[in-house]
Parts: sequence; structure tokens; C-alpha cells
Amino acid sequence: MAAVKNINFEQYLRQDYRGLQWCPGCGDGAFLQAFLRAVHELGISQDDMAVVSGIGCSGRISGYIDFNTMHTTHGRAISFATGIKLARPDKYVVVFGGDGDQTAIGGNHFIHACRRNIDLTICVINNNVYGMTGGQYSPTTPSDMKTQTTPYGNYDNQFDVVNLAIGAGATYVARESVWKPVALARFFKKGLQHKGVSVIEIISNCHINLGRRNNMKSPHAVLDWIKGKTVTLEKAKTMSEEELTDKILVGEFVEKDKPEFTEQYYKLVESLKK
Amino acid sequence: MSRQQVYNGNELISLAALDAGCRFYAGYPITPSSEIMEVMSKRMPKVGGGFIQMEDEIASIGAAIGAAWTGVKSMTASSGPGISLKAEHIGFACITETPLVIVNVMRGGPSTGFPTATSQSDLMQARWGTHGDHPVIALVPGTATEMYYETVRAFNLAEQYRTPVMILADEMLGHLNTMLDLPDPATLDLVERKLADPKPGEKYRPFAMDQGDVPPMGAYFRGYRFHLTGLNSNEYGYPTIDPAMIQAQQERMMNKVANHTEEMLKNDAFNLEKADILTVAVGSTGSAAKQASKDMTADGNDKLGVFRPITLWPFPEKELDALIASGRYKGLFVPEANLGQLVLEVERINRGRLPIQTLQKVNGFPVTPDDIVKRVKEVF
Repeated sequence: MAAVKNINFEQYLRQDYRGLQWCPGCGDGAFLQAFLRAVHELGISQDDMAVVSGIGCSGRISGYIDFNTMHTTHGRAISFATGIKLARPDKYVVVFGGDGDQTAIGGNHFIHACRRNIDLTICVINNNVYGMTGGQYSPTTPSDMKTQTTPYGNYDNQFDVVNLAIGAGATYVARESVWKPVALARFFKKGLQHKGVSVIEIISNCHINLGRRNNMKSPHAVLDWIKGKTVTLEKAKTMSEEELTDKILVGEFVEKDKPEFTEQYYKLVESLKK
Repeated sequence: MSRQQVYNGNELISLAALDAGCRFYAGYPITPSSEIMEVMSKRMPKVGGGFIQMEDEIASIGAAIGAAWTGVKSMTASSGPGISLKAEHIGFACITETPLVIVNVMRGGPSTGFPTATSQSDLMQARWGTHGDHPVIALVPGTATEMYYETVRAFNLAEQYRTPVMILADEMLGHLNTMLDLPDPATLDLVERKLADPKPGEKYRPFAMDQGDVPPMGAYFRGYRFHLTGLNSNEYGYPTIDPAMIQAQQERMMNKVANHTEEMLKNDAFNLEKADILTVAVGSTGSAAKQASKDMTADGNDKLGVFRPITLWPFPEKELDALIASGRYKGLFVPEANLGQLVLEVERINRGRLPIQTLQKVNGFPVTPDDIVKRVKEVF
């Protein structure tokens, strides 16, 4: 489907909601626009989609946008979404949550949704930090970075969200940064259309709670840092292992067919009717 | 077709749930409640409902809540440690006013405790298990028959008051095999969900303040889009920091139980007229107390009366108060399979008027009629 040039995004935003809680310069707005563009270009009715989110800055998305929305508990959005999807397999169910939400406290639900291959579109907004609670380190905070709980620099190890999803069995996996909203919208479209679990990691920028403690005071400084770190899968093929150290690969990592959970379940339901 | 056969208590809960119209179950294996999920795994797909074994206890109640908001009657079950894990989502169900049935087949605790043994040590957890002020309805079946009918009533109360309802069964009742003839489900009085149906252009308000204590329940994918959150919210379900709205919403949520307690109560009374000892006991211990009363009467002593709340929360405060105030009794007797939980509520209502004696058994075995007769003889 061709890209639509002029989209009235207001139709997707709740005009009676009390206002955004995102800091000026936050990357979350960029990926939200990319997501809404994908929804619009696919022609999905707002009535036919549930958006379920966890706790944190990105978790607030469900309140901002006008779908069937649920702002749940910390890390557990996928569990609620699983119930919605199993009860209504004919509808789109999308999950939003951050790196802390989905890979720390919600890690178990994340890997099991991937294993189960239930048709959820899971968006992991990775800003490498717990933003809403004031900037503590998360499972994706890079080594040596300073946060409110790594005041001497981060000595802990990291999760790679893409590898985690692939290892757990996800059938569509992509990653892109908010620096590339057009590519992001393309991946969202692919994810929404994919039959099975889709994991889309979005590298976002938080200058307030990550950047300013690491010599990147402006949104632009963090975006530049992200831009310098991201390498497309195509480009990576031409680079040495040494050149790829500390780089973040972006693009589509997995796209495959595998029986989808709710389809399997309702096949069973049908077979028992005979 | 006759439905007379031998059932175990956990199976009765599952069958009652399905008869009551439950069409979504999510759970996680745990002793001694696993049979509930096993029966659901076999029967739920046959009636076209959703069944899923989730990755943990927290996820299973999360899935059940999610499904409830698509318009189906939904249930999860567990036992002590699992209920502790579910606690946060019980609070989410309370604040989002989600109809949901949660079964706790009580076992010994704390922690892993005594998984294969019976207990009544989660009575206060059922009341206060999740943080914050929240309304609670908890039913305590005392017989196999009640395992069935109280489950049906739990679904009705959940639908009527748009709130989670807990069934406090115990290991003994869960694993008790009993010959029963179940009713034709068509003969059950069921409360069916009346989904909100806002006029075109009118916005659905999941937490409306002008429609009584219980605002109409909505559902996703019905053309009126709305928001739910675990945050304090306004009538539309949007987060709010307006102090007056937060106060009003919290009070309305509590009033769903406080203003409707009498409609929720159900008590069993046995030999209260002749007796001079007033036993207050719940669940299987309550049933044992009734048998103890019969045994004592057979021995020529008809002085043991039994007041057995089947709805534990809200507690039948007025009813117990009236019994205490009647002047008929020389003392209160509170046997329970824990180290003193029900007695706290009895003490609160008694306000020091009658002496209270207790029997507190936590060795994993049920309180028996003989235990009660022996203790009554000792202390009265």
C-alpha cells in the first residue's frame, strides 16, 4: 500500500485527554506518529484494535490514542493482551512498553508471548533507562553509562531485545530507531499484518534521564549518539567484527511462518464440535 | 440426562463456572487447585470459550481480566502462594471494576507451607491481600454442594457489582469426593452482563458517577472506544489528579459493597434457638461445627449453636451483632484452621460483651467435629 502523504493524526488522538506527559524532545512522539501512520495506511478501524500498555513513559501511549485501550500494571501488559486476543482473535491487539517494563519486570511474559507465537504486535520502546521513575539503569543500559543507580557507571550486562525475541521464538522481529520513522512505519505495517507474534524494538532517546548524565544534554545529542551506533543489516555485511563492536543492528531480523496460538486453539474448538 | 455422579470439590467449581456461563479461563498449575484448570482444559474448548495455561500466576489473572473486557465471564484459580502473586492484579481488577471470579483453594502457609494439606489461613489475605482501599466480596463454601452453588453465586455477584469475587475453598473440600446430582444449567438463576450501549455520539463512561454505585459495564470492540487504567481515574477512565474526583471515585468503589452488603450476605444458622454457646465458624470448619452440635445433642447436650457466614466478606456484622445482643448466649466460640483470623472480626463486633473461646488448628488437618466437641467441653 502506498504511503499516504497528509494524514490527519488528530483523529487518532484523544482530544479530551488531559495532555501529554512526555518531555519536550522525547523520542516517543516520533515512533507514535510512525505507528499511527502504519495503522492509517493499512486502513485499520480504530474500533478493531486494542492497545495495551505497561507502566512507564511509553506505557502512557494507551491513554493518548483513541483505540480500545488498557493501561495495565508494570511489565504485565502482554498478559492482559493475551486474554484479549484469545477472547477476540479476530481483532488487532498491540502492546506498548519500555525496556524496563518488557525486559525486566515483564521479561517472563515477553519470552512466553514469543514462544507461544500469539498474534500480538509487541512494541518495545527502548530508551535504555527507566525514565518515568527518574533515571535508574535498565537491562538495556549500555556499559559504563551513568544513571541514578549506576552513579559510577554501569557494570551490569545487557539484554539485546532482538536476540531475546529470536531466541524465544518470535516469528517477526525488527528494530529501528526513532531517527528513521519511515522505516519504523514500514516495520509496524509488517508487524501488524504478520500472523503470529511480532516484536518491534524501537530505539528511542531520553535526554532528560539518560542523556544529561552522560554528556548528551539535548535531544539532538542523544539522537546523534543513536545515529552513530545504528547500522543497517545490509551495511553490517560489509563491516568487520571490530567495526561492529558496540553497534546496534537495525532492520528486519526474522520473518517466518509458524502456527499461531489462537488459530491452533480455535481449530481445536472446531474439531471438538464434530 | 442425569448429572448424578461422584465429583470432587475442585471439579464442582469448574462445572459450576461453566454452567454459570464462564467462557474464559486462564491459570497456572498449583496444588491443591490444579484440578480446576484440568477440568477447564478439557471442557472449555467444547463450549467454545477461551482456555489458556499461562506462564505464571500473575499472567493468568492478567489474561482473565483482559478477556473480561471483551465481554465474557472470566475466571482464574490458584492457592495461597499463587494468590499472593496475583495480588497486584486483584487490585487492578478492583480499580477497573472488572467482573472476575478468583478461586483460592486454601492450603497451609505462609510461603510454600504445606501444599497438600488443608487450611483456612487466607481469610484475611482475601480481605486485605492487595494494597490500597478496595472493595472485597469473598464466599466460603462449607460443603460439596456449596462448592457448586457458591461458584454460581460468585459469578452472579461479580456481574451484578462489577467487581472481582473470591471463592475461599480449602484443600479438604477441593479434594473431597461426593455423590451429587447437578442441576440442569437452564434452571440456574444467572445474572447476565448487560453491556453499555451508548447512543451514537455519546461517550461511554466506564466509571460514571451518576448511574448509582455500579456503572454499566462496557466491552471492547463494540464501537465505543474507552480507556482503562490502574491509576486513579475520572469517569472516562482517564488518569486524574483531581482530589475531589479521586475521593468520590474511591468512595463509590467502596460503596458498591458497603451500600449493598445485605444483598450479598448469606449465612447458615444451626440450633441457634436452644443453644447457649454461639459458634462462629466458616467453610469446612463451619460444617464440622454443625456436626459437632448434632453429636452433642445426641449425647443429651443441645447447647451448641452455629452461625456460619457463607459470605465472609463483607462480614455479616449486623446479624452477628444481633445474636450477641440477644442475651441468649453465655459465650462465643470461634474454631478455625488458622491461628486466629476470623476471631479478629468476631472480637471487633462483640466489643467485649461475651467471653470468646477459640480452637485454632494449623497442622494441615481439618478441624473435625470431635476436635470441636472436645474443645467445647474443655472451655465451657
